[in-house]
Amino acid sequence: MAGKIDELLVRRVAQLARLELSDQEIVQFSMQLSAIVNYIEKLNELNTDEVEPLAHCLPICNVFRSDEVLPSLTQERALANAPDAENGYFKVPKVLENGGGA
Amino acid sequence: MMKMSDSYTIVVGLEIHIHLATRSKMFCSCELVYGQPPNTRVCPVCLGMPGTLPVMNKTAVEYAVLTAMALRCQIAPLTKWDRKSYYYPDLPKNYQISQYDLPIGSSGYIEISQEDGGTKKIRIRRAHLEEDAGKNIHDAGGYTAVDLNRAGAPLLEIVTEPDMNSPVEVRALAEELRRIVRFLGVSEGDMQKGHMRFEPNINLHIQRNGQVFKTPITEVKNLNSFRALERSIAYEARRQYEEFLEIGRTLQMGNKKTFGWDDEQEITVLQREKEEAHDYRYFPEPDLVPVRLTPEWLAEIESRLCELPLAMERRFQREYGLSRYDAGVLTAERATAEFFEQTMRLGAEPKRVCNFLTQAGLKIANELSVPIDRLRITPETLAKLAQMVESGLVSTTAANLVFEQIAREGGEPEVIVREKNLLQSSDGGQIEVLAEAVIAEQPQAVRDVVEENKKAKKALGFLMGQIIQKAGGQVNPKLVSQILQQKLNALKGKP
Ligand SMILES: [Zn+2]
Repeated sequence: MAGKIDELLVRRVAQLARLELSDQEIVQFSMQLSAIVNYIEKLNELNTDEVEPLAHCLPICNVFRSDEVLPSLTQERALANAPDAENGYFKVPKVLENGGGA
Repeated sequence: MMKMSDSYTIVVGLEIHIHLATRSKMFCSCELVYGQPPNTRVCPVCLGMPGTLPVMNKTAVEYAVLTAMALRCQIAPLTKWDRKSYYYPDLPKNYQISQYDLPIGSSGYIEISQEDGGTKKIRIRRAHLEEDAGKNIHDAGGYTAVDLNRAGAPLLEIVTEPDMNSPVEVRALAEELRRIVRFLGVSEGDMQKGHMRFEPNINLHIQRNGQVFKTPITEVKNLNSFRALERSIAYEARRQYEEFLEIGRTLQMGNKKTFGWDDEQEITVLQREKEEAHDYRYFPEPDLVPVRLTPEWLAEIESRLCELPLAMERRFQREYGLSRYDAGVLTAERATAEFFEQTMRLGAEPKRVCNFLTQAGLKIANELSVPIDRLRITPETLAKLAQMVESGLVSTTAANLVFEQIAREGGEPEVIVREKNLLQSSDGGQIEVLAEAVIAEQPQAVRDVVEENKKAKKALGFLMGQIIQKAGGQVNPKLVSQILQQKLNALKGKP
């Protein structure tokens, strides 16, 4: 990975994360991110053959709630922080008729 | 259109999203209910407010495990959550909590019924749990309106291997899966409410001059009816073949393309695709701890499994001698199938009980929109009624009236039959008088029978009908037939 965080990759990740970066920031971040990645690369030197993969940093699992309904927010409160709303809906700029992932 | 030398096989794999029938959402306590005013079943968690934390709904996990078990999947002893990132207004957190590398179930299969009555196994690649997105409404004018009531609903995603080879087979799989989740009680599988959504992956293997050409795989997004599923695959197969004839495009020549389905024009429509569209940048969800499925817990969930509908359908054909069609109708709903079996245990005649249930029973249940076991009739009363028909006490027609009355209002068959005067005559003397009268009135028909000519069979039926009519319908047809035969045989000079 070392040195792989070039400007092209930073632009691409910024685009995916909907971040607007200046050309100067892109240069700056590609250097900083490369430094971070290089630092993390050191971990690869460790032999982890005998170590179980870790799914979570806390040594606990199975934290559940029971399937019970609690009151939701009112529509008014739900929309209170929305930049724009109409007829009980969040109102956003028109998007393509193209579903996401789900 | 098709070149003489070509033949092709359609190859389809399917992704299915199923809404689980929990009361509350996957990671918060908002109510899961259809058709409410927009944004009235939302809270800081499912709105994706900063600083909130998701908490797993235990029932949703159990429903997912139960379904994976029914699909004969291997169940992961340890499973975890991952973030799938994408930007879309119906996804308030800008990521969906899903499962990436450790799905709850993997490597299973589902059996489907084939048109010739055989069974085909379709392999299941994986089954995992995730949260649904909200709803974007695009026809709101110059903007998009977003309702987040559905955001965070528990979704079970099931992915099959590309083991299906016709639109009919894909539909059969989708319908079988719906029947299974309804039998298990883990989903209502209500298509109108969007409880099931399908995304088929389709391509063709074209055989030409001893060579096989594979067309590029296309995916059709977000189909929500069996009809759209079946038709979109048939359409894509034709379209891909034509494209192959035109430009010879094959699998090596490009990436998977995504299509939408235009339900009105019944065509697939290419969706604009950005190059980074499939870069979901999965990573482990730090806000949720893993799920460890202990042997004890798994055993408890497994105890909730029931006989699967297709197995039951086949057993009904075998054990009760029912037709494939009848067995299919009886096992369409678990309530109907169980009602039938309970009645069978009381010694009733299968075909007769099947007719009561699948005709009058389902009609009334539909009318009242309740499952059949919520009608006022019980297996006990139905068995009694069936027995009364069997022994000739009431006609089938009268019994249907009695069934309908009991189903709607309750009551005992013996009482209703007496009250309504529906007991049919088994009085041989009366029938003889009527038979003689009819024989005297219908010399032509009698001649046809006696001469045993081409019309004999029809004429005999006609004479039967005349006698039953004279008796006002309330007469035991077996006895009528017997007496009439005796009299006609006498005319033929036979004993
Ligand atoms: Zn909520």
